[in-house]
Amino acid sequence: MITVAFLKAAIIAGTPLLFATLGEIITEKAGNLNLGVEGMMLMGAVIGFQMGYSSNSPLLALIFAALAGGIGAFIYAFLTVSLRANQVVSGLALTIFGTGFAGFVGQKLVGLKMTDEFNDFFRELKIPGLGDIPYFGEILFNHDMFVYLGFITAIILGLYLYKTGRGLNLRAVGENPAAADAASVRITRYKYIHILIGGALCGLGGAYLSLVYVPVWQENITAGRGWIAVALVIFSAWNPYRAIFGAYLFGGLDIIGFRLQGTGIAISQYVFDMVPYVVTIIILVIVSLRKDKRNAPPKSLGEPYFREER
Amino acid sequence: MQIRLVKKADIGTRRQTLIFLAAIFLALFTTGLFILFLGLNPIRVYISMINGAFGSAYRLEQTFVNAIPLIITSLGIAIAFRMKFWNIGAEGQIIMGAFFASYVALNHSDLSRPVLLSIMFLAGFIGGAIWGFIPAFFKAKWGTNETIITLMMNYVALKWIIYLQFGPWKDPSALGFPKIPNFAENAILPKLFGLHIGWIIALILVVLVYIFMNRSKKGFEIAVIGESINTARYAGINIFRTIILAMVLSGGICGIVGMIQTSGVNLTLSKEITGGVGYTAIITAWLGALKPHWIVLVSVLFAALIQGSSYIQSAFGLSAASAQLFQAIILFFVLGSEFFARYKVIFDWKSLSKAKEDRE
Amino acid sequence: MKNGSAYVSMRDITKIFGTVKATDNMNLDVTKGEIHALLGENGAGKSTLMNMLSGIYIPDSGHIFIDNKENRFTSPRDAIKAGVGMIHQHFKLVEVLTALDNILLGYNVGLFVNKRIQKEQINKIMEKFQLDVDLDKYVFDMSVGEKQTLEILKTLYRGARILILDEPTAVLTPQETVKLFKIMRRMKNQDCSVIFISHKMNEVMEIADRVTVLRKGRTIDTLIKENSNPQELTELMVGRPVDLSIKRIDKLTDKVVFKVRNLRADNEEKVEVLKGINFEMYQGEILGVAGIAGSGQKELCEALAGLYPIKEGEISFKGEDLAGKNPKEFITRGISMSFIPEDRLGMGLVANMDMVDNILLKQYHKSKGFLVKRKPAAEKAKEIIQKLDVITPGVHHPIKNLSGGNIQKVLLGRELDSHPELLITAYPVRGLDINTCLKIYDILNEEKKKGVSILYIAEDLDSLLGLCDRIMVISNGEVTGIVDARKATKEQLGLMMLGNKEVDNAD
Repeated sequence: MITVAFLKAAIIAGTPLLFATLGEIITEKAGNLNLGVEGMMLMGAVIGFQMGYSSNSPLLALIFAALAGGIGAFIYAFLTVSLRANQVVSGLALTIFGTGFAGFVGQKLVGLKMTDEFNDFFRELKIPGLGDIPYFGEILFNHDMFVYLGFITAIILGLYLYKTGRGLNLRAVGENPAAADAASVRITRYKYIHILIGGALCGLGGAYLSLVYVPVWQENITAGRGWIAVALVIFSAWNPYRAIFGAYLFGGLDIIGFRLQGTGIAISQYVFDMVPYVVTIIILVIVSLRKDKRNAPPKSLGEPYFREER
Repeated sequence: MQIRLVKKADIGTRRQTLIFLAAIFLALFTTGLFILFLGLNPIRVYISMINGAFGSAYRLEQTFVNAIPLIITSLGIAIAFRMKFWNIGAEGQIIMGAFFASYVALNHSDLSRPVLLSIMFLAGFIGGAIWGFIPAFFKAKWGTNETIITLMMNYVALKWIIYLQFGPWKDPSALGFPKIPNFAENAILPKLFGLHIGWIIALILVVLVYIFMNRSKKGFEIAVIGESINTARYAGINIFRTIILAMVLSGGICGIVGMIQTSGVNLTLSKEITGGVGYTAIITAWLGALKPHWIVLVSVLFAALIQGSSYIQSAFGLSAASAQLFQAIILFFVLGSEFFARYKVIFDWKSLSKAKEDRE
Repeated sequence: MKNGSAYVSMRDITKIFGTVKATDNMNLDVTKGEIHALLGENGAGKSTLMNMLSGIYIPDSGHIFIDNKENRFTSPRDAIKAGVGMIHQHFKLVEVLTALDNILLGYNVGLFVNKRIQKEQINKIMEKFQLDVDLDKYVFDMSVGEKQTLEILKTLYRGARILILDEPTAVLTPQETVKLFKIMRRMKNQDCSVIFISHKMNEVMEIADRVTVLRKGRTIDTLIKENSNPQELTELMVGRPVDLSIKRIDKLTDKVVFKVRNLRADNEEKVEVLKGINFEMYQGEILGVAGIAGSGQKELCEALAGLYPIKEGEISFKGEDLAGKNPKEFITRGISMSFIPEDRLGMGLVANMDMVDNILLKQYHKSKGFLVKRKPAAEKAKEIIQKLDVITPGVHHPIKNLSGGNIQKVLLGRELDSHPELLITAYPVRGLDINTCLKIYDILNEEKKKGVSILYIAEDLDSLLGLCDRIMVISNGEVTGIVDARKATKEQLGLMMLGNKEVDNAD
């Protein structure tokens, strides 16, 4: 069953998850738990699709998808950073908003498709040399540019977090904002910027679904992937490199039912549809069993920061 | 100029209500702008929404039919939220309640109506309670993140019903159409004053939950855990048992909704059984400040909003999703407004100019 | 001390929190190359004033001049640019980062960090001020003293010329304090201005050049140390002549009521935090517990109240072994524990609930039935308000809005109300003014007279030496000795706190 085609498809299915997971990692590193991932993905998905359909420009579609996710994140950031509202409920509100928004805008898009010219932008690009390695070349280096982009984003994010001064500041903001503040890191600015970038990445993840993966507009196109991404953040212990592995693993789980159907195993497809969700639950439980300082969430996660708190 | 924040001492209930109403007004205003942007007259849209929700006996009835599940689900959610247990799995708990109740209804329709309905009610509670127990157990035992688990379990429940509907429970007499058979007459909730008796159940639950949360020992323990786990431990509260109890109740109450919706409204089980109530109720529970009496008011208003939105859908050609959008905007504004109850914003115009004067 | 005009000058500074005037038209002048002590009781406004000088708080009115230039700080960033750095009582360090990362934090925003060059610069500063910090060590592995040195180094690296130290000795052993004072003198010799916040008279007399006394949000006076004396300073600080000595009552009996044998416990990371604790307590005695912060005090408290899972050992109370029993059984046997954590509210009280519900917390399970009874709790609340002079608008007011001292009185009042036979109390006077402290010592002595055994955990060695019958010193989860409080010295306790097993005069 584990064939080259399957592994390759797992990476493709994992790509939207990877974008969203990275987006949530960078958000949580700033100390903010944004449960609006699903909503931001949907906003990115629908705006990306709408833009792509009306302009026929893949680039514009991507930019606007990122912007849409960013706008969703901005609402959340304004509520939780500036107005210090409850992060859990604000995130839930954003998911409800995004779902409504996508339903509203997407109403006229149901069933529409992109032009071939548009789809050609996302064709498979074989990386010279690497793409010719037997098995691995096909699995890893023969993908559309979105897949590479996700992979590169993860690496860049990892370098940013662990190797740069700004990344250091960001980690401090999430761990102990009072300490970072005393060390003259601009807390509000750091929070806003990273929440917005996080939202933009979620928006791109959504756009991958509507523009490349599916690529027809359908209602609730994300099907809970935003939530799985939140779980993946915990699974990958807030580490962008581990997120790559986690996302591709879940990508595999996502398609396993569909793949198995072809093999003639006599279990209903609807039962297999449960697999990613059940596995997410199991993995979360397993992760919660291991208690380790290094895998702990950013310490100030979920707490609003107010300098003059006494 | 400087902008500074100062923490306020506690403000009175009156000012708090005022801030709340201002938030609602601003939400209406913002939505109004949005409607205007769509080329419609917001006042006319709002008026016809009110008309659509309350304008005739039938619409009023529909509004209340919508309000019943919303009220009960919000009550269930409020118990969990009071403990700061973020149960967003009401959707799944409703579905499991509906599944358990339907199992009884479809297999034991030979029982007498009161007996059958009582067993269905109990089954609904148990179904929801099981779905509430699972995340509670993991949370209490290992501190597993409950938000995602409850959410994931919504999908598991939903896929399970789809499986039944398209598979083993498919009605053979429906000519291949994927649908579960309708309930027998015995398994259908009776009506009182033109409304299925779910409304009586809802009112009883409001009173019971109010007493439980404000007057009972267990309710007190739940509130203490929500405020501070350390203090709860210190006071000798059995945290494990209390978390489980709270979530069994929370899930069970949501499960009752599943029973009421199958038996009183849909007359069968289907994958659309919840109508998204599990998510909407998060909003109403929060807006009702987790207090049962406020939850009733907010839920009825939200039911009216939903009913009104479905009315304007046909009248103005707005999407069904517009109601959801509208609800989220209201929640945004109320969430944001709480800031103004807690902090005072000071715009310091004087200080800088005064400093300049002093230097000169 | 050099002569000349003030380097730092704060004029008419007012700051209001809610309805409380934390500082009321305060004034302060500090020159270059001096150690200037800010002396005042808790709540006098010392920290608030300094938080404004370091940009954490923004004053409601008033002016801050540095080197004759007016500054308006809106963030710590502005303050450090002007050369002001503050070492807070609660260190502003990120635990999961190394010392080096903590120093570079917020300071270095180039694309990639060149750690080698930075390290060289930091080493130079360490040499100049003779500081000793392991730059690659993680903060969570550091002792309190190391963390403090790191904070100082961090502040100097950022170019601070004005250093504010907020109660820096509160968490140090006497030996570490000596070291700190050496560092402070070196900073003074390098022409820095050092502002030293304290309420300990002897330390102020030892290190300061000038002293500014604050009381209840007002500046009382600035004196040159040589021209003053402890009596005068104390009077200025408290506002009237006071007797600072703590009364000690002789213990009544030699009856052992509480015995702890070989108590061991692991924390969540499976590290042993209590390593075989042994001690016993007599009826009507106060047994003090001294130790560096984080030596196992909290775990010990919790273990003795049945809240912390113990690995092995015996906790016997009046002949009955309670090890492994649940907290409720400890409570019903008359063991009461009150722990005042640093934020005062983390344990024991529910900030968002009113006094009635907080009192209910220890009572509700005693009444029968399904429902709670709030009436008796409300009456208890009124009693406690009267007995302990709690200042509150009413019994239905959320306790988070009360002042720290009043919150502590509520907690202590509730614990005493249960008429315990063994009272475990940790840091009961944390952050209180002298009067309230004395009041609380009196209350503890009252209980002692009644025959209550009291385990008294504290940071302040003076109060331990004054109040207790015996003092048990713990270090790194072990008992390094139990000494007679009448004969022990601070230096002796300090050595034991650092892990040296005591040699002489054990009880």
